[in-house]
Amino acid sequence: MRKPLSIIAGAVALGLVLAGCSSTPSSDPDNADQVEVFTWWASGSEKVGLDALVTVFAEQNPDIEFINASVAGGAGSNAKAALASRLESNDPPDTFQAHAGAELTDYINAGQLQDLSSFYQENGLTDVFPESLIERITVDGAIYSVPSNIHRANVVWANTQVLEDAGIDPMAAPADIDAWLVDLKKLKDAGVETPLALGTEWTQMQLFENVLIADLGAEGYSGLWTGDTAWDDAGVETAIGHYGDLLEYTNSDFAGLDWDAATQIVLDGNAAYNVMGDWAESAFQQAGWTYDNEYTTWATPGTDGVFDFLADSFTLSVGAPHEAAAIDWLTTISSAEGQKAFNLAKGSIPARTDTVASDYPAYQQTAIKSFGEDTVVSSLAHGAAASIAWSGDISSAIGKFGADRDAASLLSGLVAAADKAQG
Amino acid sequence: MKKGYKNWGPPLLLISPTIIVLGIFVYGLIGANISVSLSNRNSLVPATEFVGLDNYIALFGEERFIHSLQNLGIFTLFFIGGTMIFGFLWAWMLDKGVTAEGVFRSVFLFPMAISFVASGVVWRWLLNSAEGDRASGLNRVFENLGLDFLQNSWWNDPTWGMAAIALPAIWQLAGYVMALFLSGFRGIPEELREAARMDGATEWKLYRYVIFPQLSPVALSALIIVGHMSLKVFDLIMAITKSIYQTEVPATYLWVALTSNDYAKSATIATILLLFVAVVIVPYLIYTARAEKRQG
Repeated sequence: MRKPLSIIAGAVALGLVLAGCSSTPSSDPDNADQVEVFTWWASGSEKVGLDALVTVFAEQNPDIEFINASVAGGAGSNAKAALASRLESNDPPDTFQAHAGAELTDYINAGQLQDLSSFYQENGLTDVFPESLIERITVDGAIYSVPSNIHRANVVWANTQVLEDAGIDPMAAPADIDAWLVDLKKLKDAGVETPLALGTEWTQMQLFENVLIADLGAEGYSGLWTGDTAWDDAGVETAIGHYGDLLEYTNSDFAGLDWDAATQIVLDGNAAYNVMGDWAESAFQQAGWTYDNEYTTWATPGTDGVFDFLADSFTLSVGAPHEAAAIDWLTTISSAEGQKAFNLAKGSIPARTDTVASDYPAYQQTAIKSFGEDTVVSSLAHGAAASIAWSGDISSAIGKFGADRDAASLLSGLVAAADKAQG
Repeated sequence: MKKGYKNWGPPLLLISPTIIVLGIFVYGLIGANISVSLSNRNSLVPATEFVGLDNYIALFGEERFIHSLQNLGIFTLFFIGGTMIFGFLWAWMLDKGVTAEGVFRSVFLFPMAISFVASGVVWRWLLNSAEGDRASGLNRVFENLGLDFLQNSWWNDPTWGMAAIALPAIWQLAGYVMALFLSGFRGIPEELREAARMDGATEWKLYRYVIFPQLSPVALSALIIVGHMSLKVFDLIMAITKSIYQTEVPATYLWVALTSNDYAKSATIATILLLFVAVVIVPYLIYTARAEKRQG
């Protein structure tokens, strides 16, 4: 008597599970002419960029059907959760989006990504990507992803009017953090209450990484992530001191502001500077400002000659149902046409050094120039430098410092986080 | 003698779908969660071994987790205190008799109809901690009223910030506690009050020895309901501040651990939260079960 009911209950449960699955687009493992691409690019300029990429892909591979498996929401966190469960159940998409660099560590350790070194060789990517970028994304001699676009994280966005009013030449970047602090003081004395605009925890982390680069240099900073530079190095202590000094010039409500609200303070003329990645460019464009006129940018003081990179990239899953088509997709992404189409739409710059800079707007031209010439280092705040767990610990330590300004506690927090991660 | 199968069979049959579904989706998953918390599944790599209570020991050794517990403690204190005090005061005033009682009841109760996320977005702006020229929300109101000294950094305060987060929660649930207390007041027969007054009880004594004892089951229910909501608080904090260190509570820490693929740690936090809630709820269930037995 009890069995039929449990069968019904089982059927209901199964029905629920199936209903949950039916929303995913159909990918047929037996059909070789398909490629399923998993991203969190579902709206805005990212969606426009993805569409541009798909157009180029369709031109280069007219026979292959593109299956868009994008998951919207939560700046990628929804997508990452969905991806983890798909990988767990051995149902990987052919290729998925991930930040290039150390954020891939978890997937690599779990054996979920294929080595793409030979792909790089065959397509000559090792020659067209900057050498220091290749170094940054190589893990134990293997490369696991193909960057589609590059962003720069060590950029100061400056309001020229505010600077001129305080008698500071906006076009001349201070040489180092100390010189910058002098200018900040000058601004404060001139009546600008909060000369440096800052936002929530990850923007604090980004400012802190900029200071680390400035005080340790590119090599010392990169060594933090490989273990070559100790976290209790004197340079780190100096950086914490500098970072604490910088916080004195920021808006007190920073913990509650997203990056765009922080950039808005510069646009409103209530702050002179904001350290932000180059997606801030769109905010200045939307305000109708012109480069080197109402606003200007320079590398964060002390980081001139260094390009603090972060990138979106695509991987090749282990057990990808359509491996050949997925490689075609990666080929399109890494090709000059694919990178151009995507980056013009998204407002970032290509990873290739053979880019024709004049095709791009004014700010991007400066970024393309630096990317070709500078030493590339990995951004901490955006997953390139440290694994997710490690950067989470650092973020928490920096958030704590933002509240209590306890330098000793920040240093010990950073050392503990590094010990745990490199243990 | 028709005892046995025919006696217990049909009822069991009727409730078996519930038992099965609850068994799998509640108790089965709690079990799965506990087993993950006892494993070394700290990344995407599948668990390889049983590590006992290592995850729990590591978590309680973390300054960050202790901090999230402190935040939760402050939040719970103010949330429960605020809802109980305001809920009781409003119910008491309504019970004293006011015109248009229905209007007041609705006004106090309405905030409960709004989800924590929706009100959190509004309170995010109201509790903006900028002061002076860039002030907005409540700080701007204070400035415009010439009450500048009242401007403060709200949840940005390192120690008492969580009390500010409790404000919207109190605003939302004090009305609910009021409704509970009001029904409690209405449940006290007028004869009891009259009898007490006949015996010469002062107003204070009337409350102390007649009304309060009658209200205590209601107060306990309110305490349990608000208390367990407080322990699980997540959406309100995510809406107001997102997941940052300053306002971190175990539930938001759980989310951070989960999104950084540390399944064992998030399962550990989930189990600890479940235990906390159990500590609050289980004695209450035992108490009500006993009370029912006595009455039955």
